[in-house]
Amino acid sequence: MTTIDEQSAPIAIPIRPDETKVERNERLRLLLHSPTFLMGCVLAGTWVLCAIFGYLIAPKDPETPDVLNKLVGPSADHIFGTDRLGRDVLSRVIVGARSILIIAPLATILGTVFGTAIGLVTGYYRGIVDEATMRLVDAILAIPLIITALLAVVALGPSRITLILVIGFVFTPIIAKTVRAAVLGEAQLEYVQAARLRNERGPYVMFAEILPNVTGPIIVEFTVRLGYAIFAVATLSFLGFGADPSIPDWGQDISQHYQFINGGVWWAVLFPSLAIATLIIGINLIADAISQVFER
Amino acid sequence: MSETAIELQDLEIAYRVRGLDRRVLRGVSFAIGQGESYGLVGESGCGKTTAAFAIMRYLPRNAKILNGSIRLNGEDILGMGGGKVRRLHATTLSMVYQNPASALNPSIRIGPQLTEVFELMGVAKEEALHQSDAMLHKVQISDPQRVMRRYPHQLSGGMQQRVVIAMALAKNPTLLILDEPTTGLDATVEAEVLDLIAALRQEFGTSVLFISHNLAVIAKMCERVGVLYAGRLVEEGVAQEVFRDPRHPYTVGLLRCIPRGGVRKDETALDTIPGFLPGLGADLPGCVFEPRCGLAKEVCREQEPDLYPLGHGRASRCHFHDRAHELPRVAPARLPAVQAANGQPLLEVANGSKTFKQDGQDVQALVDVSLVVRPGEVLGLVGESGSGKTTLARVLLGLSAPDEGSILEMDGERLAGKVEKRSTEQVRSLQIVFQNPDGALNRRHSVRRIVGRALEKLLGMKGRDRDKRAVELAESVRFDQALMGAKPAQLSGGLKQRVAIARAFAGEPRIVLCDEPTSALDVSVQAAILNLLVELQTQKGVSYVFISHDLGVVRYISDRIAVMYLGRLQEVGDAETVFGGPHHPYTEALLSAVPTLEGEERARIRLKGEIPSAADPPSGCVFHTRCPRFLGEICVQEEPPLAEVEPGHLMRCHIPVDELRRLQGEARAVAQSKTTT
Repeated sequence: MTTIDEQSAPIAIPIRPDETKVERNERLRLLLHSPTFLMGCVLAGTWVLCAIFGYLIAPKDPETPDVLNKLVGPSADHIFGTDRLGRDVLSRVIVGARSILIIAPLATILGTVFGTAIGLVTGYYRGIVDEATMRLVDAILAIPLIITALLAVVALGPSRITLILVIGFVFTPIIAKTVRAAVLGEAQLEYVQAARLRNERGPYVMFAEILPNVTGPIIVEFTVRLGYAIFAVATLSFLGFGADPSIPDWGQDISQHYQFINGGVWWAVLFPSLAIATLIIGINLIADAISQVFER
Repeated sequence: MSETAIELQDLEIAYRVRGLDRRVLRGVSFAIGQGESYGLVGESGCGKTTAAFAIMRYLPRNAKILNGSIRLNGEDILGMGGGKVRRLHATTLSMVYQNPASALNPSIRIGPQLTEVFELMGVAKEEALHQSDAMLHKVQISDPQRVMRRYPHQLSGGMQQRVVIAMALAKNPTLLILDEPTTGLDATVEAEVLDLIAALRQEFGTSVLFISHNLAVIAKMCERVGVLYAGRLVEEGVAQEVFRDPRHPYTVGLLRCIPRGGVRKDETALDTIPGFLPGLGADLPGCVFEPRCGLAKEVCREQEPDLYPLGHGRASRCHFHDRAHELPRVAPARLPAVQAANGQPLLEVANGSKTFKQDGQDVQALVDVSLVVRPGEVLGLVGESGSGKTTLARVLLGLSAPDEGSILEMDGERLAGKVEKRSTEQVRSLQIVFQNPDGALNRRHSVRRIVGRALEKLLGMKGRDRDKRAVELAESVRFDQALMGAKPAQLSGGLKQRVAIARAFAGEPRIVLCDEPTSALDVSVQAAILNLLVELQTQKGVSYVFISHDLGVVRYISDRIAVMYLGRLQEVGDAETVFGGPHHPYTEALLSAVPTLEGEERARIRLKGEIPSAADPPSGCVFHTRCPRFLGEICVQEEPPLAEVEPGHLMRCHIPVDELRRLQGEARAVAQSKTTT
């Protein structure tokens, strides 16, 4: 065969480095150089460590009551003071990280998985399915979180699982909307048509062709949602929808002590509240940094 | 040459990418005289736009000027501070970009955007409005008051570009930089905008720096031209002379890549330039073109050639400038092309129509198209954007279902409207190469997976068979199998398009639709891809439906041509008949709009205005609103039938073919006598 083109000449083909890998490394580099991200990691990381090693780090047993030392203010013995049963607030704050850091991520994962699936299907198929699902999604978005939670608690009883299901359910439509928007753009690209031109079935096109190209927005949405999930878990357990009263929990601790604030007992409310606040701030800082890197 | 308007001296610029300075301009010097028009050509990545941005002081933050100077009217502009640069932009420097839609602010009406230019120069508000009105008149916008009330998105691309040109000329600049100003426009609109620029340059006496990859446009618009390659000015001189008698191997190679003068695939193969543009900031001790040059000797590798002056303001940066035309061909002079068989139609469309619903309105994108594709032939499909070419391709492929009553047949068997309802056999037989390989290849999948998956789904191949066949396919499109694991983003545009072609050929198709397969590529890559397509066609005996707005390319590759306008076929016939004439007035206008490197030999016909909206097509003959040979009432009232005017030559026009032959012969004679005198 005669040579007729650019490659036939003995010239090394300039292969570029794998852009997806380079891109990944570049993103990582940007993240590690971002003060926002590092600050977020410090804040959230502290609480993750507390969640993992809670009982080991806690200076006192968080569950043993000490009736003689009820509602004692911060002192050398109890840095954060004691609660209404005389339990050490510092220890309870440290150990309380576990419950919230289990429920919130699980709920967010649940919402992301379902939201992604719904977003892919509606964004790819469009038409009546899309219309119907999206109106349903709008309807769900209109129901306040508290109402959904109340109904779920009535139906399923208060438990951690109920909390996860409720928050996951509330997040699903929000994530579905984000994913759908991304999929709408992707589905216009010709590689999707090329897939149709080799008799590819819908699920393959959605999950093997489109999904890998919309991971960016999904990751961003996930981290943003995680912050909201922490807040939702704290709110619901404050309202008593959540967990087992025997497990230390920030929201629950606040709800059991806010009545004493008027009596000057601020420490039993302030410290768990600060814990919630710092964790949310930490996660939001991380989410901010990630979305900046992905949407750059 | 009169006084110098702008002078670049030894300009050297580097971009800092991932911690390294990469040189993009390696000492570029040129000067543009007062009122002169200077063209800068070269393929993408050669540094054309960087040079323009350096003059505008618009370089991105990671750019560094290593050396050199830019003098505008004798004043150094690289050392200027922010305030002075802003004043420069307000009064003496203007730039027009490729994409007018992004050059205009989408949320401000045209009026305020344009008057702002005058107000910046200190004109009072009332007066600015008057001057804006006058300026829009000058760029041939017939109803300035109405246009000024519009938002940019309400105007067509051609109109937007006129507004941008009006804004650029409003301050009567010393230097106007045009960066690919017509690349995104249709040929007919491009012709008008180019005429307009030429006329305005006469009127204002502005110096122009015209950047384009299109040599013919430069030849038409510029007095002098500089050829840029890898950040080096490799050749310079009077435009006509440079293109007639190039003295640098790169210029020689570029000119050989372009299908021009009506060459066809069975006469001459296009030549190509081997290899690739050196990477950004590559270390090139010798001549920048040496790695790709067929004339290169030892000295070229070691010693950077000077810019040898050749008299008459010409210069070439080549040690062997006197032998540049001896550059050996890379491609064979001829490709073995198949003669299209005159067999049974392979694919047939009858009464093909497609109506879209848009805001409750019916938009007819295709109207009653009847067409056949024969085995082994290339059917070229031409027309402006919005003429329904791509819709027709999508209907043929089954990506969008035609209206009821449309008949699609392959081998005499009905084809379902939707690809999902067709048999694997039918799906395999009809494939497509898309215009933009970036969108056509999944950026997360490797080449092996892209090609392999097509083999799996279309031929049922699995495992080792599939992998072996994928490598064979890659070889047949000259894609190095060492790159099978690469992702699309790692490949150049030409390589990506090869992968897309390999995928289209995976299922052993019988017809491949090519939707502008080379329009996103540089000319040297375009030539290689066109040669590849011709070669594959010979080997596999497939038919192509080749869609392109580049008439030179269509003429080169097609056996038959179909001309579309507003979703209707206007003319169908053998390539030589359609191009040679007598042709439909629309075809005539399209041909006349294309600038040629040989200078204008065709009658100058300009279409007025833009293609009408398909939602509200004109009555009678849909072309009557823009027709240069408009007859009268009959054209408005009655749609002419697509009649066979000669054997195998169909045309939709009320003017009898003999009359057309006479009219067009006369027009050509006039044009030729003009160019010869």
